[in-house]
Amino acid sequence: MILGGKRPGWTRGLKPSDFIAPAVLLSITIAIPFISYDQSRGAFPDGNIAGTFSFYTAFLVTVGVYALLTLALNIQWGYTGVINFGVLAFFMLGAYTTAIITKGDPQGDFTDYIGGWGDNLDLIPALATDQWLPFVVATAAAAFAAGLLAFLVAFPTLRLREDYLAIATIGIAEVMRRVVIEERWMLNGSRGLTGVPQPLGNLVDQSDYKYLNVVIIGIVVIIVFFALERAVRSPWGRVLLGLRDDEEATAASGKNVFAFKTQSFVLGAAIMGIGGSMYAYAFSALSPDAFTHLFATFIFWAMLMVGGSGNNKGAIAGAYVVWGLWTISLQMQGYELGDIIESRMSYIRGLLLGAAIVGVLLIRPLGLLPQERRVSSWVERRVKKERSARAPPAET
Amino acid sequence: MATTQKISSDLGDRLRDFRRAAGNVAGGGGLWAAIIIFTIWAAFAERDALTVGIVLGAILALGAVGLTLIFGVLKFAHFAHGDSMMLSAFIAWLLLNGIIVGERAGSETTLLPVTVNDLPGADNAIWQFSFGYGLIVAMLLTAVLTAGMMVAIDRVVYRRLRKRRSGIVIFAIASLGLAFVMRSVILIFWGPTPRLYTPGIRNRIDLPFDVSVLADQLFILAAAFVVTAIVYVLLFRTKLGKAMRAMADNPDLARISGIDTDRIITWTWVVAGFLIAVAGVLLALQAHLDSELGFTLLLPLFAAAIVGGLGNPQGALVGGFVVGITQEVAVTFDFLSPGYKFSVAFAILILILLVRPRGLFGERS
Repeated sequence: MILGGKRPGWTRGLKPSDFIAPAVLLSITIAIPFISYDQSRGAFPDGNIAGTFSFYTAFLVTVGVYALLTLALNIQWGYTGVINFGVLAFFMLGAYTTAIITKGDPQGDFTDYIGGWGDNLDLIPALATDQWLPFVVATAAAAFAAGLLAFLVAFPTLRLREDYLAIATIGIAEVMRRVVIEERWMLNGSRGLTGVPQPLGNLVDQSDYKYLNVVIIGIVVIIVFFALERAVRSPWGRVLLGLRDDEEATAASGKNVFAFKTQSFVLGAAIMGIGGSMYAYAFSALSPDAFTHLFATFIFWAMLMVGGSGNNKGAIAGAYVVWGLWTISLQMQGYELGDIIESRMSYIRGLLLGAAIVGVLLIRPLGLLPQERRVSSWVERRVKKERSARAPPAET
Repeated sequence: MATTQKISSDLGDRLRDFRRAAGNVAGGGGLWAAIIIFTIWAAFAERDALTVGIVLGAILALGAVGLTLIFGVLKFAHFAHGDSMMLSAFIAWLLLNGIIVGERAGSETTLLPVTVNDLPGADNAIWQFSFGYGLIVAMLLTAVLTAGMMVAIDRVVYRRLRKRRSGIVIFAIASLGLAFVMRSVILIFWGPTPRLYTPGIRNRIDLPFDVSVLADQLFILAAAFVVTAIVYVLLFRTKLGKAMRAMADNPDLARISGIDTDRIITWTWVVAGFLIAVAGVLLALQAHLDSELGFTLLLPLFAAAIVGGLGNPQGALVGGFVVGITQEVAVTFDFLSPGYKFSVAFAILILILLVRPRGLFGERS
């Protein structure tokens, strides 16, 4: 209806609301380079293609990292209905584990941390193992550490009412932040860790690393995405959906609620660890100040709610949209907005993020890309087969 | 015959009830003993930390009673509690001084034409306190405003979720969203710099047994006591309180016995808002006004409510003191740096969830 009387063939069967998500994604993609502003060179579209491209790549690197964390939160909240208000803990643990494994021994008076095994992991120099082996080990260790922490938190709390876990995750996030800040001998305290090595870092110039990085993170996101898609459509994933929608019925059908919830929570946390690992590679520097509740927990909730909980594509789209709007508002600071707004811009962003979550819950609870109705890949295949067997000849 | 039988079965029931209650007390006995021994030890070894712990405990108790009331009647964990407390504290600051951050960060401008401090002698310090009666007036005004704010939030957000019969987790997420909205509102109007209600010296008072406290801390204890007494009377001596407790016990039963649940929910928010405002102002008086403090406080608040058993107001009162004292005394140990103060609350929380998830007063699950 929205397109007028005659609609092109491919739009048949689409509702007007189906156009919201593509329209939002497209307008953000266009707006980012156009609104980009550089004080010294003027707006990017003024012929500065290279600048726009570089800016957009850096943007995508961040979106990739955040998409991993949002996907992880989606498996916990979107598919299982388990609340995690302490994404920070698992994110931070993944990032720091990665850093201490890949970095060399501590050097200088102002650095002190445990680990530093990066140089020892160059096992077979002939295969250039220094360029990839430490990173594979570190990312795996990050996933393992975050998963283990999740198990320890889940054990006393997941048997109880849902909100006990939510409270405990806030606690573990607070403890994690405190440990990093207070135990200087372990993780260098509030000075943070800098110079985290980057995978395949020798292949390209440091200033061009983001182009390689976006490919690496893109591959990781794609692998995680397809693995999760596969998992949630498996019998295991259907139990999770059952738990989310009706825990008692699922328990009554003989499923061990506690075991499935724990598995989902641990899997999600392990992916958060991988996300933290990618964060460490992408930014090469870690500081406890960067891991605030807003930037390391809350923003992922906003991304997931906006994108659509219970839909992996929605999780990625949410990361893109929220970080896109965030970037746009950062760029707006290049324009003259008046002191009263400029000095408060970052707080206004926080306000909008909080309002976005509440707003989505009230107005469009399913988010931009609502969860799909299908659950099982097996049923899907059967339906498709039967339809094609019974289908009448195509209309002309 | 029949009467004797009835009496004996009555006696049997009573005996069974008594044995169950006794079993519960014994089950919690280990924890109780640990708490009492710890407190007595602290009274000898770490008297200053214990004093501060009691003051902090009183504040936490007020917050936790509000939290547990909301949990009892509305059945969800209110994650905006800490930030509501801080927002109230800043509202009291605004009423007192009328000041917000100006156009540029760091500058100041006056928002309100008339403030509480304009009242004659409102900022003359009473007795040894660091503040005048203005702060008390501002606190009471804030309590009214906060109660109104909580009811308004309930109308706009939570009631709509209730009508949709959303799960408790949706309420939790909505309240977390609101927590960040409140924190951002604080930052937008008052900036990130910590503030104090009144500049000037805080007088110390020497009490018997070698205890010295700040005069302001005595005020905090007194105010917390008065507010607790009011809430106690409201909950246990009025019809409204009875209805609230009935709803906490069994909402459906309450509804079919003719209790107007919507009205009770509104009143719950009014009482909770009152507690939030007083706890927030007292917290800011003990520590300072700081946008970060609200969210950090969430953990000890929940720990206190869970120690007492979620939904149990008397339990929350005791839980507040347990958490407050343990936090303050624990960080005097050499192996715990003061930075871990709020992490202690987490340790208590996990311990309670492992040993007695329904709290010190709850029955064994």
